[in-house]
Amino acid sequence: MMRPVDPEARAAHFIGREEHESTHDRVVWGMRQHRDKAVAGVPEWEQLRELASQIKEHTLTHLDRYLEQFEENATRLGTQVHWARDPEEHNTVVHEILAAHGVRSLIKSKSMLQEECGMTPFLEERGIAVTESDLGDRIQQLSHEPPSHIVVPAIHKLRTDVAHLFAREIGSNPDDTDPHYLTEAMRGNARPRFLAADAAMTGANFAVAETGGFVVCTNEGNADIGASVPPLHIASIGIEKLIPRAGDLGVFIRMLSRSALGTAITQYTSHFHGPRRGGELHVVLVDHTRSERLGSPDFWHVLKCIRCGACMNTCPVYRRSGGLSYGATYSGPIGVILDPGFDLEKYRELPFHSSLCGSCTEVCPVKIDISDQIYKWRRVVAAKGMLPLTKRVGMNALGATLARPKMFHAAESAAEVALAHLPRFALYNALNPWGKQRELPGVPRQTFRQWYLEHRAKSGKP
Amino acid sequence: MKVGLFVPCYVDAFFPEVGVASLELLERFGCSVEYPLDQTCCGQPMANSGCQDDAAGTEAHFIRCFQNFDVVVGPSASCVHHVRFHLDATQQTPAARKVRGTTRELVEFLHDDLEVAAFPWAAFPHKVGLHNSCSAVRGLGHECPSERVDAPFFSKTRALLGKVRGLELVEIDRRDECCGFGGSFCVTDEAVSAKMGSDRVHDFHRHGAEYIASADMSCLLHMKGVIDRLGLPLKVIHVAQILNGAAR
Repeated sequence: MMRPVDPEARAAHFIGREEHESTHDRVVWGMRQHRDKAVAGVPEWEQLRELASQIKEHTLTHLDRYLEQFEENATRLGTQVHWARDPEEHNTVVHEILAAHGVRSLIKSKSMLQEECGMTPFLEERGIAVTESDLGDRIQQLSHEPPSHIVVPAIHKLRTDVAHLFAREIGSNPDDTDPHYLTEAMRGNARPRFLAADAAMTGANFAVAETGGFVVCTNEGNADIGASVPPLHIASIGIEKLIPRAGDLGVFIRMLSRSALGTAITQYTSHFHGPRRGGELHVVLVDHTRSERLGSPDFWHVLKCIRCGACMNTCPVYRRSGGLSYGATYSGPIGVILDPGFDLEKYRELPFHSSLCGSCTEVCPVKIDISDQIYKWRRVVAAKGMLPLTKRVGMNALGATLARPKMFHAAESAAEVALAHLPRFALYNALNPWGKQRELPGVPRQTFRQWYLEHRAKSGKP
Repeated sequence: MKVGLFVPCYVDAFFPEVGVASLELLERFGCSVEYPLDQTCCGQPMANSGCQDDAAGTEAHFIRCFQNFDVVVGPSASCVHHVRFHLDATQQTPAARKVRGTTRELVEFLHDDLEVAAFPWAAFPHKVGLHNSCSAVRGLGHECPSERVDAPFFSKTRALLGKVRGLELVEIDRRDECCGFGGSFCVTDEAVSAKMGSDRVHDFHRHGAEYIASADMSCLLHMKGVIDRLGLPLKVIHVAQILNGAAR
């Protein structure tokens, strides 16, 4: 079997970099606090959640109809609609369009779907220069790392990391860590690329079936410069991004940025309805396991996700781990339930990188049962025999012991004798992960059962 | 009302005083309590690892032990949450459905079912930080979770502790952040778990708590491990012990 991603070891490494971990935890928790404040300002928040969930469930259960309606209306607007079953088809379609236009350089705004498809390396291998236009994504691109968060891609980095990176890559002052200075430095470097690009790519936050239009939300306006300067715009859209009506946008737009960063709305909410005069607009609708997921009773709800990142911000495990620890396109709780659906063997350890605290489920604006799905993925991993051997053997032995009271009570006594009498080096060593940073419990004089037998058990009972 | 006392395996082994406090407390309120001597565990450790097959025997045994009671009460939200919401590795017989439907966590039993008005014997003149476990808050609804900023606040645990003379509750920065125990998570994800535990106990320490109180001994077991290693001047205590009049 293929070696899985090891989120635990990667997280331990991140925690070892103390300043990174503590800053990451503080800043990301800060986003959760901003979200709380923003939500408190919307008295009908719970109704909105329910409504958003219902709209998504309705759309997903009538997806064939809405996709065809979208295609028809988009085509009428002059948008060219393409369909892609998987990343390979997506990348091929995109490359064909770019090649037909002789595109040498491309600017792209944030698209997790394009990450999912591995599009940038695919295009670069074919001689097309790709520049990320979102600041955080550009930082990640220059670092040769994927985004560590779906909304704030470089949040795991310190300002000093960025200053050093920019100094190396674009010649800025390595000692100036002022965010304004660093942003200006990148702006100065990136703007000429933006203006010279032959084509632009974006993702989409929502695609509206009744209009054939789609919506892109950014805080930097970077999708707009792409869509406004070069004559060719290609948008990659996952088929789960559909909503039926333009009127439904009101529900989602109110929730998206409040959930993500705690702001009422993103700085830019751009609606695209057909190509600009003299330009071309292409949309690639991508499946990539989504229709398969739609057929899964336990896991189809994940398709409701609007990629706000609220679950990541609230997740105590994500905040301590950093997003790169998940070794996958999607990190945090949403990644834990999305990634195994792409590749179970590779991501089989992710569902165990969670304390199942359930906070993700509570913040999710579209009411995805994230925590329950994490729990259910564990069952899938175990049922497919993909648990690590030690856990498989351990759980088997534990289950056998706990099903038999005599064995349990014998094991209990043995453990207590060991704890009470073994020397410290025998208890605290590499074989005992608990003891690395925590003391073991003391051993009481008697178990509760023994106490009960002595004090309460009536005669005639064992 | 015939009450079956469910004492989780690790409470039986390491914290018998919590079992005693739970038993005495229920008896103080006139419950006829019996502790089935053959009980072991609810099956959660195996089920939480995804191992349904390994959990089945333990779960079936749990049902056998508790099928003849009107209500089953246990001092652990985590285990009770498993019984109510996840105990499905074993066949869902009428007995299984009955046990799952009548298993109550101690705090909710005192608060919702017995509607206890006072604990005249209980005094605890200390600064106490309340740790409601994730299972208690988001699983069983002991308290309005912090994520639900739009909903009116309530807390069953606070309501009960509020009836204890001299007890002063200490507010902390992250009211219901996970302590990082998480069952086998605490060993398979050692670094993250220990960091979460350390952050959690420091939050209580920073705000002047002398005690961390919880209705879940598993969280307290974890936090005590961290406290003892770090040498912090903090103690842990189960809510049942305080309500039963623990004199410390």
